[in-house]
Amino acid sequence: MSATVAGTRSTTQHILFVLRGNPVTAIAATLVTLLVVIAILAPWLAPYDPIASDVPSALQPPSAAHWAGTDQLGRDIFSRILLAARLDLFIAVSAVGLSFVVGAVVGGFCGYRGGRLDRWVGRIVDVLMAFPLFVLAMALVAALGNRMENIIIATAVINLPFYTRFARAEVNVRRNSGWVEAARACGESHMMVVLRFLLPNVLPAMAVQISLNLGWAILNAAGLSFIGLGVQAPTPEWGIMVAEGARFITTGKWWLVAFPGLALMLTVLGFNLLGDGLRDILDPRMRT
Amino acid sequence: MTAPLLQVEDLKVDFSTRNGIVRALHGIGFTLHAGETLGIVGESGSGKSVTSLAVMRLLDRAGRIAGGRVLFQGRDITRAAPGDLRSLRGAAMSMIFQNPRAALNPIRTVAQQIMDVLRAHRRIDAAEARQQALDLLKAVRIRDPERRMSAYPNELSGGMCQRVMIAMAIACEPALLIADEPTTGLDVTTQKVVMDLLAGLTAERGMAVILITHDLGLAARYCGAIAVMEQGRIVEQGPTEALFRDAQHPYTRRLIAASPTRRSTLADLAQGAPPVEPVSRPPPPPGTGPLLEVQKLVKLYSGTRAVDDVSFTISAGGSLGLVGESGSGKTTLSRMICRLIDADGGDVVFQGESIGHIPARDFHKAPQRRDVQIVFQDPTDSLNPRFTAFDSIAHPLRRLEGMRDGSALTARVTEAASRAGLEPALLGRFPHQLSGGQKARVGIARAVAPRPKLLLLDEPTAALDVSIQAVILQLLDRLRREDDLALLFVSHDLNVVRMMCDQMVVLQAGKIVEAGPSMRVFEAPGAEYTRTLLDAIPHFEPNAAPADRVDA
Amino acid sequence: MKTFLAILRRVGRRLLFSLPALLGVVVVTFVLMRVLPGDPAVFFAAGPSAGKAEIDELRHQMGLDKPMPVQLVRYLGDVATGNLGRSLTTGQPVVADMRARLPASLELTCTALVIALFLSIPLGVAAALRPGSPIDHGVRMLCTLGVCVPTFVSGLLLIYVFYYLLGWAPDPTARIDIFASTPPDITGFYLIDFALTGDWQGWWAAFTQLLLPAFTMALFVLAPLARMTRASMLAVLGSDFIRTANALGLKPLRIVVAYALRNALLPVLTITGIVFSTMLGANVLVEKVFSWPGVASYALDALLASDYAPVQAFVLLMATIFVLVNVLIDILYGVADPRVSVE
Repeated sequence: MSATVAGTRSTTQHILFVLRGNPVTAIAATLVTLLVVIAILAPWLAPYDPIASDVPSALQPPSAAHWAGTDQLGRDIFSRILLAARLDLFIAVSAVGLSFVVGAVVGGFCGYRGGRLDRWVGRIVDVLMAFPLFVLAMALVAALGNRMENIIIATAVINLPFYTRFARAEVNVRRNSGWVEAARACGESHMMVVLRFLLPNVLPAMAVQISLNLGWAILNAAGLSFIGLGVQAPTPEWGIMVAEGARFITTGKWWLVAFPGLALMLTVLGFNLLGDGLRDILDPRMRT
Repeated sequence: MTAPLLQVEDLKVDFSTRNGIVRALHGIGFTLHAGETLGIVGESGSGKSVTSLAVMRLLDRAGRIAGGRVLFQGRDITRAAPGDLRSLRGAAMSMIFQNPRAALNPIRTVAQQIMDVLRAHRRIDAAEARQQALDLLKAVRIRDPERRMSAYPNELSGGMCQRVMIAMAIACEPALLIADEPTTGLDVTTQKVVMDLLAGLTAERGMAVILITHDLGLAARYCGAIAVMEQGRIVEQGPTEALFRDAQHPYTRRLIAASPTRRSTLADLAQGAPPVEPVSRPPPPPGTGPLLEVQKLVKLYSGTRAVDDVSFTISAGGSLGLVGESGSGKTTLSRMICRLIDADGGDVVFQGESIGHIPARDFHKAPQRRDVQIVFQDPTDSLNPRFTAFDSIAHPLRRLEGMRDGSALTARVTEAASRAGLEPALLGRFPHQLSGGQKARVGIARAVAPRPKLLLLDEPTAALDVSIQAVILQLLDRLRREDDLALLFVSHDLNVVRMMCDQMVVLQAGKIVEAGPSMRVFEAPGAEYTRTLLDAIPHFEPNAAPADRVDA
Repeated sequence: MKTFLAILRRVGRRLLFSLPALLGVVVVTFVLMRVLPGDPAVFFAAGPSAGKAEIDELRHQMGLDKPMPVQLVRYLGDVATGNLGRSLTTGQPVVADMRARLPASLELTCTALVIALFLSIPLGVAAALRPGSPIDHGVRMLCTLGVCVPTFVSGLLLIYVFYYLLGWAPDPTARIDIFASTPPDITGFYLIDFALTGDWQGWWAAFTQLLLPAFTMALFVLAPLARMTRASMLAVLGSDFIRTANALGLKPLRIVVAYALRNALLPVLTITGIVFSTMLGANVLVEKVFSWPGVASYALDALLASDYAPVQAFVLLMATIFVLVNVLIDILYGVADPRVSVE
């Protein structure tokens, strides 16, 4: 399509334009890119073995040798943080991806069709939302077992109601718009109207949700590990590291908690800021 | 001669936007004496609303008065302190807006809102304010005013809300009332009632009025003088009669020409457009049935009959206008004929074949899909924001004719676009990069691209400026004549339907109240409702303007 | 009167509609708990030396030998009669355990919510009234950062600063210093009970003990509340009826409070319900960090010990509280927004 070729170039230009006009998004994008690079290269970047304990040098404050100090077993906290990025990102991305695909399709069709199906799905979503979601995640992981794939499933399940509702609401407000009727008049079936017309138009709004939810998913996964229901020690994971460090906070050993906490915060911050920036990039109406 | 009430001198307004500072008003000036009525007329983007907001100093953060003076009762408003402005607004000058329902606070009762205004400017106690509020509701002729006092805006109709708005605006007897498109969005019959009320109340109280409108007919009917605005400038102003009799500026002339009068024809509306050659069509051979036959169509919405036993026919190449106000069922009817929704009774017969029984969900597979196409009301809303103009127009060709990308498709799209008067250079643009008129052309090009036999037009010009409306109407008429295309024209505007269609059907509350040849219905309406509709059309008869005006 | 009846009807309908959801919660938790690994009968038998007969006896006593649907029906019957079973860890009926611990959780959550609302609404309004000002930028930064810090990290860092470094806060364990006496059990809310008995020294001790965990939780929900207040206030300030109020010369304070804020609070009210539910979940983390003897930490311990009954009761309790809070918000919404009560 000739139109698409012209579109690709303007998309790149548009992204650059938005990033230039919005330095915060540029910083967020850099932060997220950096995180992904760290996650991929972690084993080669880490200065120490993240699991090998070295009891004589336990509980050392940050120094030139150990940038983020050492934990109660003398392990290098900085190396552990780098390796944990890998695990936490993987969990968050898979969980959010899973719930996004399922939620968008189910919510999209319900929002378009309305009627009995919509009411039933709405009720199931209500049941899910009636749980305090973190508690639901706890129960799921406990029931399915402390394994990574179960953490992903639990996180995906508690994200699902949001995507379903969101897609449903967004599709619902658009389903009576003129261009949807026009697409029908052009010979499009209901199914194709949802898949090729409504969902792509809902995507910008959902992309923002995805980015915000990635942050939320990471917080949830870390929270599960923190209470002992997620990934198990000695695997490096931010939540476990904070939980282990919690015992030493009242004696002033702040670095055990602060650095993994900082890593968590920066990651979530990056995704959240990127979410706001994405809204501008993906919305064609912003292109001038 | 006394000092003028309002004197605007060389007023300039700037707006800061993403693309830098844009000047919205380039130094405009006008004068208004106590008790006078001035109409400011212009199309969208002409700066007429900005003028009214600047006079009230109500511009939002992005707007700034960059120069000039606004003298109100001798004081320069552009330099007034916020506190002084506040005591002027509502008390000495007030304003009513379009979309009255949104202009009222949704969570305060009518009484509370009127009392708020009264007590902001007068030292009176609650009981007295309440009594005055009630008197005001009576003055704006709200039925059952005691009960309406405790109503919330969402419980009132749009016309009622506008009356409440008027009551609030005149509560403190201001010397100047600015009405910004006060009747846009209301039904034509309500429009007339509200405008008559407004004119009567302000005349009684000797208030000066500025009426901001896109509708030349409305301004001519209710204003003593008119200022015509284009792109932030007043291009011409003067007494209404003189302006119509002897317009100087070409833009004014074009605007006057484009506004339909009771006698104008399509050719009058857009002068300079290529004349339409009357094609003499051979009469259909005897024995051919009508192209479209609508038989006793019924649609139920939660028990009520939105469309109630409606039947009519359209012959090949014929044109029929479907007229009605909001809630008359005309849109529902058009969607059923277009087979986008299912009927609850009756049938649609197209070229002798029943298509009313093909479920709407499967109609996209029916061969008649390409023969029945539709142009939607709001050109912006009817284009997929993620499709370029090219993709929008190519869409029916790809889907209904199975065309693949290539020179054949490009040729067909370009052809459809050029027939709709859309420059090929615009085909690569997204909807938000096109103007309202251009989007309307894309919508039309898309509908005619698969060469349909019947084209449904759902208020295709309702969202457009008059000058663009004139061009689009002519375009549709030409397409119809050239292609032998039958038109079903849905509109609230009897006058437009009269020009466009041979036949006319008037709908009220889902039922046909009158049907017949357009000219006959227009000249000698049989039903009372049709007469009300006709009477409500704001129009101007250049020679009879003053007499027509003061009957309020 | 008419509106009152309308609200009553809506509440009734709302409660009725939430019954299936609650039933769903009960069933799902029941099934989930039955899939839990580990056999509680083995776990609670008298140690590894317990014989098979003893375990079977225990299993029969717990009803574990019946097929699952039968167990479910029995459980539903028990729930309907208010019998939520017996905790195997504490040996007490779950209802009694819950009753003893719920006030601690509620006191913490409600204090946190009050703190969050009192901080976030003024901040959001201030930011919206001066968009682009330093206040606005400050609030937006706070909102962005606020949602990024997990409660378990911010709680620990607060302990480090206010307990270890500054010494202002008491030892962050439990609801009151272990050497201080607890108040007589009247309502279970320490602040109220101390106040009722006039023991202001004890009240202060309980209050300082409560502050850190409450602030930890408040910080977490501050961001969404302030963000929503700012956004909805901005939207309302840009709406037509505010322009009308300005055009008719109403006093600025009246415009901001009676016209803008009252309308802007409607979406904030909705989000408060969602925030409350998040807080119920966050309770687990905060109670663990501060060793707070609430229902969440009780349920967590039970969960880790494969003790079904308390977990099921906890989830049911949370869902019920959530439903009740939503009904309450519905009532408030109906009072605040005439458009709803008309429908």
